[in-house]
Amino acid sequence: MARAVTTQRKAFNTLLAWGIGLGIFFPILWTILTSFKTEGQAIADPPLFLMFDWTLENYAVVQERSDYMKFLTNSVVIAGGSTLLGILIAIPAAWSMAFVPSKRTKDILLWMLSTKMLPAVGVLYPIYLLFIELGILDTRTGLVVVLMLINLPIIVWMLYTYFREIPSEILEAARMDGASLKSEILYVLTPMAIPGIASTILLNFILAWNEAFWTLNLTAAKAAPLTAFIASYSSPEGLFYAKLSAASTMAIAPILILGWFSQKQLVRGLTFGAVK
Amino acid sequence: MATQHSRSAARFMMAPAVVLLLGWMLVPLTMTLYFSFKKYLPLRGGDLGWVGFDNYVRFVSSSSFWPSVQTTLVIVGGVLAITLVLGTLLALLLDQPMWGQGIVRILVIAPFFVMPTVSALIWKNMFMDPNYGLFSYLWEFFGAEPIQWMSQASLTSIVIIVSWQWLPFATLILLTAIQSLDSEQLEASEMDGATTIKRFWHIILPHLSRAMTVVLLIQTIFLLSIFAEIFVTTGGAFGSKTLTYLIFQRVLESQNVGLGSAGGVYAIILANIVAIFLMRIVGKNLDK
Amino acid sequence: MGRIVLNQVAKSFGDTQVIPPLDLAIEDGEFTVFVGPSGCGKSTLLRLIAGLEDITSGHIDIDGVDATNLKPADRKLAMVFQSYALYPHMTVRKNIAFPLKMAGLSAEETNRRVQAAADVLSLTDYLDRRPGQLSGGQRQRVAIGRAIVREPSAFLFDEPLSNLDAALRVGMRLEISELHKRLATTMIYVTHDQVEAMTMADKIVVLQKGLIEQVGSPLELYRSPRNRFVAGFIGSPKMNFIEGAEAAKHNAHCIGVRPEHLEASATEGQWKGVVGVSEHLGSDTFLHVHETGLAPSLTVRASGEFDLAYGDTIYLNPRADSIHRFDAEGVSLGTEQPA
Repeated sequence: MARAVTTQRKAFNTLLAWGIGLGIFFPILWTILTSFKTEGQAIADPPLFLMFDWTLENYAVVQERSDYMKFLTNSVVIAGGSTLLGILIAIPAAWSMAFVPSKRTKDILLWMLSTKMLPAVGVLYPIYLLFIELGILDTRTGLVVVLMLINLPIIVWMLYTYFREIPSEILEAARMDGASLKSEILYVLTPMAIPGIASTILLNFILAWNEAFWTLNLTAAKAAPLTAFIASYSSPEGLFYAKLSAASTMAIAPILILGWFSQKQLVRGLTFGAVK
Repeated sequence: MATQHSRSAARFMMAPAVVLLLGWMLVPLTMTLYFSFKKYLPLRGGDLGWVGFDNYVRFVSSSSFWPSVQTTLVIVGGVLAITLVLGTLLALLLDQPMWGQGIVRILVIAPFFVMPTVSALIWKNMFMDPNYGLFSYLWEFFGAEPIQWMSQASLTSIVIIVSWQWLPFATLILLTAIQSLDSEQLEASEMDGATTIKRFWHIILPHLSRAMTVVLLIQTIFLLSIFAEIFVTTGGAFGSKTLTYLIFQRVLESQNVGLGSAGGVYAIILANIVAIFLMRIVGKNLDK
Repeated sequence: MGRIVLNQVAKSFGDTQVIPPLDLAIEDGEFTVFVGPSGCGKSTLLRLIAGLEDITSGHIDIDGVDATNLKPADRKLAMVFQSYALYPHMTVRKNIAFPLKMAGLSAEETNRRVQAAADVLSLTDYLDRRPGQLSGGQRQRVAIGRAIVREPSAFLFDEPLSNLDAALRVGMRLEISELHKRLATTMIYVTHDQVEAMTMADKIVVLQKGLIEQVGSPLELYRSPRNRFVAGFIGSPKMNFIEGAEAAKHNAHCIGVRPEHLEASATEGQWKGVVGVSEHLGSDTFLHVHETGLAPSLTVRASGEFDLAYGDTIYLNPRADSIHRFDAEGVSLGTEQPA
């Protein structure tokens, strides 16, 4: 709404919004601050905000206890692999739904989404058995496949909503120009949908990164990602606040940084393409 | 509108996604159904034969069953209510002119990036711990007795933690929807003499209905299966056991796969009831 | 080459038949315009020829080859879309070169043809811009450029000018006609604007509800419309229709007189009425005449400036050889030949 507002009103809005914003962000800020304290300072009464002796000691301890880089690599490979694999499978499917819609298109789309509602625990044991049978328990491959499958409906849905915004005349023009289906998707559709595809990749990377049911239950030592890294701090180490904070910061930092650098795509992606 | 060529191409292109998801749904589902009719204890003898509907009866008659269904619904419903109401208010505020809007938006969406295990651990230990948590300092500062969050108010605690994680999502979707509202419509209603509150009820809120549907759908999908938040906070104790968690305990902790599988079938039925209900709303709203 | 023959071509979407079986031959080098009100099936017909839609029954022959089941790309046709359908992520050069790239032409040949097309369409200075940086008219030219580099056997235009403003439209109309004269390639042009049809076409196909109402040259359609629909649709301002006793005098259910075939006079004439709104265009004046007892309103075209004011009495004389007669079904009975 482009209209003049009094400075007072704007100041009030600013104050209120910043207050609430900082309140929502506070747990994260507090964790980051605490990670630089000593254990004693972390539980000091009254709590210390900035006036403490900053130390990196906790990070060293956490790294010594468990090899951060190994978990980080697993997280990157699993989240990245499952997202890219999902995109490759979803682009053709979303193309079909967006540009060759039939009476059943909507039903198929809703059915795909409904598979996401199947409770994971309901099928945990069968999957566990299948994984043992296939020899992919505690492997990155296994997790890439599972996370790809659980996020596939969301990826298809997001791409479908982005593709629908592309006028079908342009694809028809490509067809008239002699483009094969492959060229049509590769040279015309995909480049035009890059912003939407980027948002989809980002959001699903985050969802896969944060996924904590399958990653906790299907991994042990080898393929464990950061969710498992942090779960080992649940108790009783959880009471060592400074170390817990350091480990937490290490687990969320990559995504926070990624999020800040790609804010625009993320905001777009966070709406799952459903709201313009 | 398309040709035969493109229609057959479309079927071909959709096949991988459909086949994969169909397999992902049917294979484990069939296995779960199979186990649910067996007495199956992997660590105590393995497959001990068919037992008919025994597991189903035992699962429902267990004293934990109905409370777990109730807990599930309370958590899903509570989080949905909180995020929708607060999300709408916050979105209305963020839509107002202010300084540093971009930064506030980043601050508000940040919790979405935090993995559930981390947020549960932070909240449980650093905020809700009855001895050293920040909340206990706060309560003591005002002269009140600190709350034993995890034991006395376990459900409330979990709802707070999960709401904190999902509020950014609701806010952002609703904010995007508010920003897409045609300002001429609001101006016209102002000319017609509608008050701020009336404008909210009659123009803004109906405009948000589609966005709210999306929030409802996506959040329900994710909330029905929350796991990590309970796993690392209460571990299912103090009445915070959801259906998901109950089944998890049966399968992994008591190693009773038959019983857990029967529970899984119940959970699938529950999810389907919710799904049908949701899909009706969403299906209607998706056409707009 | 570019002779397109439709043989009993029909199209249904589900149970709705949008185009009943029709026959049509478009000769090589002809500029054919499909014209009709929106929803008459003219765009669908074009898309059937292009191969973007399947025909439900019948055959389409292009240059003597049965093209019914050929893919769009294999029909050697080029299409210019209403929205231009340019590839927004490619430069003008790449847009124009795209069909050549798809055909696997060498880089040199591609360059040569793109350059030639750019020269013809005066796009040389814009080759490295993106479509988003161009004006509507320039985008239209790029779309045409993309079509001509393929050297197709026929061009298909789907309402290409409807997104342009009035002044540009006149200019582009001329450019397309010019292009047709120069290339002498078959062109099929879809529009709802009868002025475009009249000014550009060698042959006009008037469609209504999927049916061909009449096929003919612009002047044939103007002089001898086959029915009331064509008579009303072709010509601007519209033909006046008069039913009842006056029509019966001419042995018809209804008679039609074009505004330019009515002579206005302040003093005497066959029909008497009252002047309503007058539209002064300078070269012409359109008078809307009421209270004639013949029709609610008659439109008269008087040349030059005509000074009768609102409410004045006016007399009208129809030109005897230009009274179109129609029967109760709206079928033309021809004009009355003066004895």
